[in-house]
Amino acid sequence: MTYESTYSEEMRRSIEKVEETRDRRLKEAFPRISPEEKDKLLKEWHPDYRPEGKRPLKIGPSKGLIVPHEVADLIEAYPLIDPSNIDLSKIDYDVDILIIGGGGAGASAALWANNSGIPADRILIATKLRFGDANTKMAQGGIQAADRPNDSPILHFIDVMGGGHYANKPELVKTLVENAPFIIKWLEDLGVMFDKDEEGNMIELSGGGTCRKRLHACKDYTGLEIMRVLMDEVLNRGIRVVEFSPAVELLTEPDTGRVTGAVLWNLETKEYRIARGKAVILTTGGFGRLHIQNFPTTNHYGATMDGVVMAYRVGARLRDLDATQYHPTGAAYPEQIVGLLVTEKVRGLGAQLVNADGEQFIYPLEPRDVVAAAIIRECYGRNKGVITPTGMRGVWLDTPMIEMIHGEGTIKKSLAAIYRMFSRFGIDPTKEPVLVFPTLHYMNGGVEINVNAQVLNGRGEPILGFFAAGEVCGGVHGKNRLMGNSLLEVTVFGRIAGISAAKYVQNVEPGKLSLKHVNRYVEMLKEAKIPPTRKSPILLPEYRGEKVLSRAISLFAI
Amino acid sequence: MSNEEKKIKMVKIYIMGKMYEVPEGLTIMKAMEYAGYKFIRGCGCRGGFCGACATVYRIGNDYKLYTGLACQTTVQEGMYLVQIPFVPAEKPKYDIEKLRPTASTVLSIFPEITRCVACNTCTKSCPQNLEVMDAIQSLIRGNLIKAAELSFDCIACGICSIRCPAEIVHYQVFQLVRRLYGKYLSKKAKHLEERINEILQGKYKEELEKLTKMSIEELKKLYESREIET
Repeated sequence: MTYESTYSEEMRRSIEKVEETRDRRLKEAFPRISPEEKDKLLKEWHPDYRPEGKRPLKIGPSKGLIVPHEVADLIEAYPLIDPSNIDLSKIDYDVDILIIGGGGAGASAALWANNSGIPADRILIATKLRFGDANTKMAQGGIQAADRPNDSPILHFIDVMGGGHYANKPELVKTLVENAPFIIKWLEDLGVMFDKDEEGNMIELSGGGTCRKRLHACKDYTGLEIMRVLMDEVLNRGIRVVEFSPAVELLTEPDTGRVTGAVLWNLETKEYRIARGKAVILTTGGFGRLHIQNFPTTNHYGATMDGVVMAYRVGARLRDLDATQYHPTGAAYPEQIVGLLVTEKVRGLGAQLVNADGEQFIYPLEPRDVVAAAIIRECYGRNKGVITPTGMRGVWLDTPMIEMIHGEGTIKKSLAAIYRMFSRFGIDPTKEPVLVFPTLHYMNGGVEINVNAQVLNGRGEPILGFFAAGEVCGGVHGKNRLMGNSLLEVTVFGRIAGISAAKYVQNVEPGKLSLKHVNRYVEMLKEAKIPPTRKSPILLPEYRGEKVLSRAISLFAI
Repeated sequence: MSNEEKKIKMVKIYIMGKMYEVPEGLTIMKAMEYAGYKFIRGCGCRGGFCGACATVYRIGNDYKLYTGLACQTTVQEGMYLVQIPFVPAEKPKYDIEKLRPTASTVLSIFPEITRCVACNTCTKSCPQNLEVMDAIQSLIRGNLIKAAELSFDCIACGICSIRCPAEIVHYQVFQLVRRLYGKYLSKKAKHLEERINEILQGKYKEELEKLTKMSIEELKKLYESREIET
């Protein structure tokens, strides 16, 4: 069967230009951006640098912190539950370690708590949707670890700090990079099928902003492969998992502020359940589904920032939430997949970014914020973008180059997910480029932790009994995360959270349960004259059609 | 502006038999949301990676039963659809440390795979277009590696397992197969072990300590002058 393009005529004319320049571009290295140009590009074109998109928080331990409106709206919001309606005397789940969130960080924490001597039936993972429903599963490109002879944790450290604009918490970065090789080994021993050569050497690629080839991958299903292995192991060990039961509020001990449990809510039966843990680990992920500045997102359905909201109410300090990661290459065509991730591995394998005239405009492996800003500038500043039939703009990611560089069949083999995603809609990335535009990808900031994954309060002291890991946290990535450091973060800090919590619970009794911190938070909201119109956490985004919502009514109280 | 004014073409679809008019070009998932469904089950990553939104459908009076992921399939006029948000199957527990990496290990845990009649329904129903039956047959013939490779892109949506006349739970079988392969049959990365030994011997300790205390200006110099491997 001959291949028929589904691109519009105008798009096809632009593709002809891309094809004309391809042979020349194959030999052409676009110069790297200078530090001065980089600052200018970001200030002028990166969405984070638009002051109208943000505001300072009015209340709480991080009062004054500048965050996107969408984040502030959920922080400055009233609780879903009325504490006076909740009976805390009946405990439904009573465990040593309560883990809230069933993604990569939660699963790693559970396994390492178990490795540290906590019996499987004394650990509970409570998760909003299915176990494993998380951004971890959607990570495509890879996981970083400096394990090749010409690489080192030193270089990894420098890359992370530079990529994060030096705003990172250095001791967390040190923890990340020096644990990285151990984590890869742990995953290898659990049976993760990494891409290897015949000798067993890891096949590693460059990522944006990495100075060495450091990306370990499992085709372009890296996160899926890691997540399913972790899940399999958690279930094999008999660790308890309760699904479709998001936490809607944490529980604390009134005098000490220690976090002692959570109110879970069964999404299907609508009943609440009380979970008590001698320690609580928060691994609830990020905020893509808040659609910051109306961007589409690569994120999971459940990425609604619930953890940050709940942690803030118990006094956790937040940081770096002013910085949002827009992945440079989200799909911009066809309409059905707009915003979905086109992994950075595509550029790691040699595909260039080119404009409507078929010319490069940025070195393809600059850090993510730089590439995203360059694409936005190309489309809206220089008008060199390609316009789709629905009016969306984008630039070409010249995927056929990969086959020319690495040989025919590389895309199907190494980028199976990307090939599948586009070919489902009639586009063959081995033959034609794909259209991309930045998409909301990652919450760079979050709750602040220390190197033991303990959550810190406004004074920078650990909150008793409270640990966190993964995207819900801030500090590791500063103002901009590098590719392959999120899978690394969830496993490194998930592990540490599990070990730290296991150590903590050895010497403590179960704590008292109260929602007094929620009452106090409500008082603060009232004092700041925040109207009681908004409630949070939101748990799930709202995508129902306007017509339906305008006529939807609730007939029963429950 | 209403859809009529924008002149968006609408298509009729039947969600569990009930007709809704939805804009053409939407995925099944977005069409169901447009129609008023708020998902709890049947929706996960929304990007084709998690298998939460397995959907089966027929179109008009075509006898064929089609399968797809709701987040990756466009609605068509006359589509009769239902989601399969859950597949009932308890995962058998095993200790991966104590298993031998052979097909007979897999057979002892999942003996039902020998009931495969090679009808190929699993392959035909796979929304990832995997060679599911070939993977099962490879195992029966003792080829664990081939089964691991063929099943690698499995997202565990479970459609094959619902359709299988031999009642095999393919995605669970393949999970074990891949772990055995990854753990035992692929060679270990020696460079990884070497780096771990270096770290354990404290080779980078001092320098990393120094870096954590370095000023931004000094770090900037290091960052901007670092050599980039191409």
